[in-house]
Amino acid sequence: MFLEIKDLSVKIENKNILKSLNLNINKGEVHAIMGPNGSGKSTLANVLAGKEDYEILNGKINFKDNDLFDLNIEERAQEGMFLAFQYPVEIPGVNITPFLHSAINSKRKRMNEDEIDNLSFAKLLKSRASDLGINIDMLKRSVNTGFSGGEKKRYEILQMSILNPDLAILDETDSGLDIDALKIVTDGVNKLKTKNNSFLIITHYQKLLDYIKPDYVHVMVNGSIVKSGGSEIAAEIEKDGFQKFQ
Amino acid sequence: MNSETLNTLDTYSKNKYKYGFVTEIDNDKPQKGLNEDTIKFISLKKNEPEWMLEWRLKAFSKWKKMKDPKWSNLSFPKIDYQDIYYYSAPKGFDKKPKDLSEVDPKLIETYNKLGIPLEEQKVLAGVAVDVVFDSVSVATTYKGELEKLGIIFCSIGEAIQKHADLIKKYLGSVIPPGDHSFSALNSAVFTDGSFVYIPEGVKCPMELSTYFRINAENTGQFERTLIIADKGSYVSYLEGCTAPKRDDNQLHAANVELIALEDAEIKYSTVQNWYPGDEDGKGGIYNFVTKRGLCAGKNSKISWTQVETGSAITWKYPSCILKGDNSIGEFYSVAITNNFQQADTGTKMTHIGKNTKSKIISKGISLGKSQNTYRGEVSFLRKAEKARNYTQCDSLLVGNQCGAHTVPYIESKNNTAVIEHEASTSKINEDQLYYCRQRGLSHEEAVSLIVNGFCKQVLQELPMEFAVEAQKLVSISLEGSVG
Ligand SMILES: Nc1ncnc2c1ncn2[C@@H]1O[C@H](COP(=O)(O)OP(=O)(O)O)[C@@H](O)[C@H]1O
Ligand SMILES: [Mg+2]
Repeated sequence: MFLEIKDLSVKIENKNILKSLNLNINKGEVHAIMGPNGSGKSTLANVLAGKEDYEILNGKINFKDNDLFDLNIEERAQEGMFLAFQYPVEIPGVNITPFLHSAINSKRKRMNEDEIDNLSFAKLLKSRASDLGINIDMLKRSVNTGFSGGEKKRYEILQMSILNPDLAILDETDSGLDIDALKIVTDGVNKLKTKNNSFLIITHYQKLLDYIKPDYVHVMVNGSIVKSGGSEIAAEIEKDGFQKFQ
Repeated sequence: MNSETLNTLDTYSKNKYKYGFVTEIDNDKPQKGLNEDTIKFISLKKNEPEWMLEWRLKAFSKWKKMKDPKWSNLSFPKIDYQDIYYYSAPKGFDKKPKDLSEVDPKLIETYNKLGIPLEEQKVLAGVAVDVVFDSVSVATTYKGELEKLGIIFCSIGEAIQKHADLIKKYLGSVIPPGDHSFSALNSAVFTDGSFVYIPEGVKCPMELSTYFRINAENTGQFERTLIIADKGSYVSYLEGCTAPKRDDNQLHAANVELIALEDAEIKYSTVQNWYPGDEDGKGGIYNFVTKRGLCAGKNSKISWTQVETGSAITWKYPSCILKGDNSIGEFYSVAITNNFQQADTGTKMTHIGKNTKSKIISKGISLGKSQNTYRGEVSFLRKAEKARNYTQCDSLLVGNQCGAHTVPYIESKNNTAVIEHEASTSKINEDQLYYCRQRGLSHEEAVSLIVNGFCKQVLQELPMEFAVEAQKLVSISLEGSVG
């Protein structure tokens, strides 16, 4: 098993957020999680990425034969976990190019691969940026600083495509994107997809799933997955909302 | 390499004949303590003319009547001036480590992190180097080129010998020896430093740096630097180099004077990273520097950029006196304190002329148990019509046991003055750290990136090559303090 979440319960500030959650993802699969606001989707993403604010009450997570809780945030990232944030944070004064360059090299180091030099990296970054319709001038700016919501999301996908993760978690990447941007972003995801990597796509609209075809759709309500199935579930939600799952 | 030092020794041994009293003093180890003989000894060693010795002695008699400035936010034991050597003889011709294996491994490790090549490391660590170090020859090449333009760039000692007219006119003209106890002390006992004169209308074609000079001679603990930019000229000066300096001198009290005449511009950049003391606060240098620039002429400009990461105690306020109409003063500062370091630094902008402008950007980063204070004074005198100041002070705290303080004074005697002040204090942002680490950067790398980003406004004022090294230095200063 590639990612296995078993009976996960998580608490923050005296509030139980995730409740006995189970989820399995195999290599090469695309999973979507849909659920109303506040159901715990971002919490799940953050717990997977290793954010330290949460109290793990119960459960186990296995990722690529590691006990995930043995790895810290950066180790998980270096092992190939990527989270495209719902609200990417601004880091003033930190240019995206050296930032991503260090990021990719720390991953390569862990994988015992050679570091990528400045020139090759600059080339790679430019070509990926142009695939995603990102202006070269944007690469000279500080990470997320002064970006519009849509620009930030595109930037997340750019970083994802550079870091080429084994497991990419996309937290509401579609929100804040107009239809053109959505096409570009989903196109980027589809290009990256191989039979060796997996995606966990979090959304509360069905729209995204018109462009990225998930193998499985899960409905998350109140901290648990209440229903799993194929894309037909997305259509159900589109029609009737989350009401009947609650 | 050490040809100039050899020269000094040479002159000294010749002089021994002339002045009897010197023979009583041990050549290699001048006596501790401060008295008229100490000053005579220094003046003699430097082969100075009579007037210079008199100037020093006058300063000394002022110093004797003075008290040290009140230490606002600094605490340390009282300085015993009689327990200090005032002439650091050319550092240990005999004590010098023979090879790098005799040098503190921690220091070598830092050099390696800075990417400083081996030959350079040897020079910096004070290892006797037989190979001719590249930058010495580079320095002489530069010297020739500069001379063609009429630029004078030499040690202050050489200037006292060869350019007495300029020295007599300008030395002490911006920082009078009687200004405060440290300027009096420095005036009495200074042993080294740089002298720069840029003639009218000349734009100095390269960055002038003490770095090249230092390879040929050691700087003393009481440096004296004097830079004069004549009408319409320009010069950018870099003080020190980014390699860490271990120095067993406890007390450093440098004086730096800048003079910009009409339409002239001086840009002065410093990266200071002397030994800050260890993790427990033991050792380290007390750095009491007086730096002051005079915008003497119309439309002149002086800009100070400093990156302060070293010293146990830093007491330093590079200042500008904006006398010429339309003159501009700038101060860009990054001060990082870690462990038990204390920094009290800032600037003084004195607006005298009409339409004078000043800009202050200060970034303080505190880690460990350190204390970091920005102290600034902006004053507008009566005739400073339509003068303006912009001040921005940002403090970043890393950890819970450090302190950041901002103490701005503003005084205005002219009601047309415009003053803008912005200040912020923040903790290092956890969400930013999380974001960086999620991309695979270690906690330390993430802190270093964020801090460098925080300092960018200042670092980008540094000359290009220097900025890159300064960034590395910032990262190194943060090490061991996070997690
Ligand atoms: N740091 C926090 N402190 C307290 N409550 C939180 C915190 N983060 C999230 N929550 C709460 O946890 C619940 C789930 O939030 P979240 O995972 O963001 O949901 P979703 O992403 O599905 O909208 C919400 O009720 C939210 O208010
Ligand atoms: Mg969410």
